[in-house]
Amino acid sequence: MTIASSSPPSRLPLGSAREARTGPRPNRARARESGGDGRLAALFLAPALLGFVVFLLWPTLRGVYLSFTRFNLLTPAEWVGLDNYVRMVNDPIFWDSLTVTVEYVVINIGVQTAAALAIAVLLQRLTQSAMLRGIVLTPYLMSNVVAGIVWLWLLDTQLGIGNEIVAALGADRIPFLADETWAIPTIALINVWRHVGYTALLLFAGLQAIPNDMYEAARVDGASEWRMFRRITLPLLRPVLAVVLIMTVIGSFQVFDTVTVTTAGGPANATNVLQYYIYGAAFGRFQFGYASAMSVALLVVLSAITFLQYRLTRAGRSDLG
Amino acid sequence: MRIRTLAALTGALALSLVTGCGQSDSVGSGSGTVTYWLWDANQLPAYQACAKDFERQNPGLKVRITQMGWADYWTKLTASFIAGTEPDVFTDHIQKFGQFADLDVLEPLDDLGIDDSAYQEGLAANWTGQDGRRYGAPKDWDTVALFYNRKMVEEAGLTAEQLNSLSWNPEDGGSFEKAIAHLTVDQNGRRGDEPGFDKDNVKVYGLATGGAGDGDGQTTWSPFTASAGWHYTDKARWGTEYQYGDRTFQQVIDWYFGLAEKGYLAPFTDYTDGANPASAQLASGKAAASFDGAWMISTYYGTKGLDVGTALTPTGPTGKRATMMNGLADSITKNADNKSGARKWVKYLASDECQRTVGRYGIVFPATPEGTRAAVAAYEKKGIDVSAFTEPVTGRRDSLTFSFPVTDYAADVYALMRPAMQDVYANGAPVSDLSRTNDQINLILGQ
Repeated sequence: MTIASSSPPSRLPLGSAREARTGPRPNRARARESGGDGRLAALFLAPALLGFVVFLLWPTLRGVYLSFTRFNLLTPAEWVGLDNYVRMVNDPIFWDSLTVTVEYVVINIGVQTAAALAIAVLLQRLTQSAMLRGIVLTPYLMSNVVAGIVWLWLLDTQLGIGNEIVAALGADRIPFLADETWAIPTIALINVWRHVGYTALLLFAGLQAIPNDMYEAARVDGASEWRMFRRITLPLLRPVLAVVLIMTVIGSFQVFDTVTVTTAGGPANATNVLQYYIYGAAFGRFQFGYASAMSVALLVVLSAITFLQYRLTRAGRSDLG
Repeated sequence: MRIRTLAALTGALALSLVTGCGQSDSVGSGSGTVTYWLWDANQLPAYQACAKDFERQNPGLKVRITQMGWADYWTKLTASFIAGTEPDVFTDHIQKFGQFADLDVLEPLDDLGIDDSAYQEGLAANWTGQDGRRYGAPKDWDTVALFYNRKMVEEAGLTAEQLNSLSWNPEDGGSFEKAIAHLTVDQNGRRGDEPGFDKDNVKVYGLATGGAGDGDGQTTWSPFTASAGWHYTDKARWGTEYQYGDRTFQQVIDWYFGLAEKGYLAPFTDYTDGANPASAQLASGKAAASFDGAWMISTYYGTKGLDVGTALTPTGPTGKRATMMNGLADSITKNADNKSGARKWVKYLASDECQRTVGRYGIVFPATPEGTRAAVAAYEKKGIDVSAFTEPVTGRRDSLTFSFPVTDYAADVYALMRPAMQDVYANGAPVSDLSRTNDQINLILGQ
């Protein structure tokens, strides 16, 4: 919606009409007026700024500080310098959980983006039904925890209806969430199921911004649907796709609730994703210093990935001209 | 558009501030109120009855009970300690005791006049900290026994007496392994001890899986490791070294999880904490027997269509049967709003009078002998024979009970042992790997 809103009338400077009538005003008056704007702006900004400082800036700074301490929440934090970071670099479980997380993100984002793109294009090219768009979004309305529990039941090795079907087809039962090779792909796909509709709608909104006459012109030139997808849809969707990718990758790296309710990190750390490991260190073992150090590491990793993605996909520039 | 967003943000912020204030306001309690937390919904009516009697005897004092599920309970308790909104009194578990002692959030209870000998043996002493002071008043206890499907046992030609007199050893598994094998049936109807048994297509497992047992194996491997003479730590309480590197321990674990490879014990993949615990495997007819705790009695006996019996744990190489005997306690928080009221309430909770009341509900075994007797009578009234749980406690000479390991860094031990045991059970990692985990644990304990 923001992409399409390049309507000129709103761009007209507010003061210009008045200025035209009365001519330029003395500087003093103008200064007072802009001072009034500033106050109003400050008033409007204050709540958001307060929220930003209280809920984002301060916790982040405090988290960074805590990463240099030994802290169990109930007794005062004790400065230990780089100890937590040294421990992190030497902690095989940390590296293992980072690997597991990356594996999850690759499967989750890969499948989700491809599926969402397919759904978005189908929604745009085949139907304009708002009902269908609504249906696509339904899994997203379910809470992550509920979705996790439902899938846990569906996929249970012994009792799940999913495995009853597998067994009825004559195949061996699949321990979807209880086997180290299956668990991460299964969790990744559960979250694809939940998020694909939302992602598809974001991409669909991007597709709406592509002028229809391009497709008409291409059709006149005899281009096939596939060719139009590759030559028109993909390149023009790129900025939106890039933003969606950045958002979903960040979200994907923070996977936690699905893991908590389905596997609790098991079997044998096979699904011990970084957020889960951090949570365990903090709220299970009361090692808030070490947990903060790992959170800072996650922040750095995410910032680096976002920056790289932004650069590689040229997300800031549009091909629409 | 922007202004609308700002307005929405302001609204959301204001709302969160308002609800935040509301929450902190509601936690403060009046001078005449004692706040009390517990996690077991089944026990709520019993403690409400106790609270009523207590309030009658102490005019002006009110007990406000909050019940929440096990997982939320500990998260909320932790959060409440941080926020300074902790309850005056809460139900404490020995597994968490070490950690709370580390964090220094519990109030010593030495002046309550709790007499160790007034409770079943071993229960009161467990709640003594390393400083020699008492931090918990004994509340109840539980043991582990073998639940079995009576119909399946009958079909296999076994009797209750036979199941009650099983023995085992880590070499050939003894009569216990024979019974479990015989109770196992494959898709073709062949039993586990018959030629041609197909261990990859098992219809009914002799023994249900309760997962890998983490560091304690309470309802999985601990009846075996203990009856083989092994103990978790070098000392009964506040040990400084764990002994998962011990040969006896590893030999027993190797044999126990080996039962899964033979097809008698359900594989790790069949276990899900939330969806398919051991009790569900019995309920669905996928397993014939399972080790489980006394707190599960009402679940098993309440399962429709399941005719269930219980048997003692098998006799081990030491010539004794073994079961963990775990007890809960009531603890007072260091920052309790109403400490004097809390003391009175805890003293009452630990009294014969309240424990008899709780016993009469027949849902848990109270810690005093009289409370226990009331519970046994209540179970009997429901037609449930609980002797498999009570005999090891009320003194059969061939039984030994042991307690949950109480040490520093309990949460770290759990975090390291949980994946290590799963690796052995689920992925077939060699038991000798546990020696490395044990070294890591002892390194932490030695800090």
